[in-house]
Amino acid sequence: MASEKPDHDGPDRGLSGLPGGKPKYSAFALARQAMQYHQGWQRAWRDAQPQDEYDVVIIGGGGHGLATAYYLAAVHGISRVAVVEKGWLGGGNTGRNTTIIRSNYLWDESAAIYEHALKLWEGMSQDLNFNVMFSQRGVLTIAHSEHELREMSRRVHAIRMNGIDSEILGPDEIKKFVPIINIDQTIRYPVMGGFLQKRGGTARHDAVAWGYARAADDLGVDIIQNCEVTGLRRNGRRIVGIDTSRGFIKTRKVGCVVAGHSSVVAAMADIRLPVASRPLQALVSEPIKPILDTVIMSNAVHMYISQSDKGEMVLGAGVDKYNSYAQRGSFPVPEHMISAAVELFPVLSRLRMLRHWGGIVDTCPDASPIISKTDVEGLYFNCGWGTGGFKATPGSGHVFADLIANDRPNRIAAPYALDRFQTGLLIDEHGAAGVAH
Amino acid sequence: MLLITCPHCGPRDESEFSCGGEAHIARPLAENNLTDAEFADYLFLRDNPKGLFLERWRHAAGCRRWFNMARDTVTHEIVEIYPMGSGPASQAGKAAHAASWRRDTAAEAAAKPAPKARAKKEQVS
Repeated sequence: MASEKPDHDGPDRGLSGLPGGKPKYSAFALARQAMQYHQGWQRAWRDAQPQDEYDVVIIGGGGHGLATAYYLAAVHGISRVAVVEKGWLGGGNTGRNTTIIRSNYLWDESAAIYEHALKLWEGMSQDLNFNVMFSQRGVLTIAHSEHELREMSRRVHAIRMNGIDSEILGPDEIKKFVPIINIDQTIRYPVMGGFLQKRGGTARHDAVAWGYARAADDLGVDIIQNCEVTGLRRNGRRIVGIDTSRGFIKTRKVGCVVAGHSSVVAAMADIRLPVASRPLQALVSEPIKPILDTVIMSNAVHMYISQSDKGEMVLGAGVDKYNSYAQRGSFPVPEHMISAAVELFPVLSRLRMLRHWGGIVDTCPDASPIISKTDVEGLYFNCGWGTGGFKATPGSGHVFADLIANDRPNRIAAPYALDRFQTGLLIDEHGAAGVAH
Repeated sequence: MLLITCPHCGPRDESEFSCGGEAHIARPLAENNLTDAEFADYLFLRDNPKGLFLERWRHAAGCRRWFNMARDTVTHEIVEIYPMGSGPASQAGKAAHAASWRRDTAAEAAAKPAPKARAKKEQVS
């Protein structure tokens, strides 16, 4: 058992920097542009027009889709790839999440994929020549009851068995780590303890989409925005192309990474997925001086908080209770989350809210994603990330590209196949994934 | 934010209700006759339409009774509220009920005591 180490050492990160010849970003480039009043910056990716045919088409220009396209080109050498996006890059959940990154999941299957992602995060800015502002400021999950604390220590042991860093903290250690937290034992949900993953943290979510887009474009990938998929064309059991608002595109491989709209696109190929589309809400306060240099999560009161580099307090809630495609949530959810935040951090009570938004997440019955082939040959789905997809962006793209290129899942992706809902081999991560991010 | 008219208590705030997900999923009676894939339709697969959705709700902080609702998942418009055990009465609701893929599943067919299935059982015994 001990010899079976998870496969997350040294993932094949593909090519580093921008080998395609695009001008690189650097301190020198910045200085040179400063002398020219910043008039000489080139656009980060071409405004590509759809060609007649591609080897692979990725539907969905969010972080996961762009990462998939990048790794298809960088690791597998497939550069006749198009990413079609109905809106603009990163305009969906990639630009709506609260940017939390961690890999402290309970089960081995989850540890493998999320740690694979975390390893890729650690080298991402260099690989993409784009500063994604990955900040390993730590992610602290707090417990509010004796039972939760016990369950947490079980989880920490499981995480450490998988070679991933995690440690239990008592209330006093938490107070030392996060001076603004209220550890008074008389509040409704007192801080009884918590656990910390120091390698966790945050990243700039837009930069992740832009960085992958720029690096993929550098390798010849066409990024086609404002192009909505209207149909999946099949010949018998095999995919032969996609119909879009900008015409038909011929291809024999389609990777679908559309999050909240997965069921809608799947229905175009008569495929049913076990996902439910729900709103997930978040908000930011007005910017203030730095008071919180880590990420705090609480599963019991459904709240997670960090402070952005601009100074805004970034807060996120749990999913809404009913299905929706409306990209807006219902009011009681953020109200509940704010009341929890103010009890834990009384210092926030007079902050004003700056923006509030919702995104549509595709939740799975076992709170784990689907990375899978389908009954239609050449059609692949990467969906069901639910509330926690952002942290997995590079790992998800990496293994999905591998699945598409080789037409078979690798060791990390295999447990996430669709047939687990028939065999019953679920990866139940409600404990670890139920709330955040 | 929804204003939901409980059939027993009248219009109340959304926060008093809990949502039970897709309505009209009948448990297959003869589950041993179903394949794992067919049973998964009943157990895990849920309709997730963009548009009118028939779902179950419960007035959790009120009378605690269940009812059905036809609601649009894009506009959040509540088209119809109707009692448990009955089908939708509105035209849009009826169309949504008939259009659901679930109507064609083996799991749903096995939820009704079909005379054909009974005849088969007698043959076996």
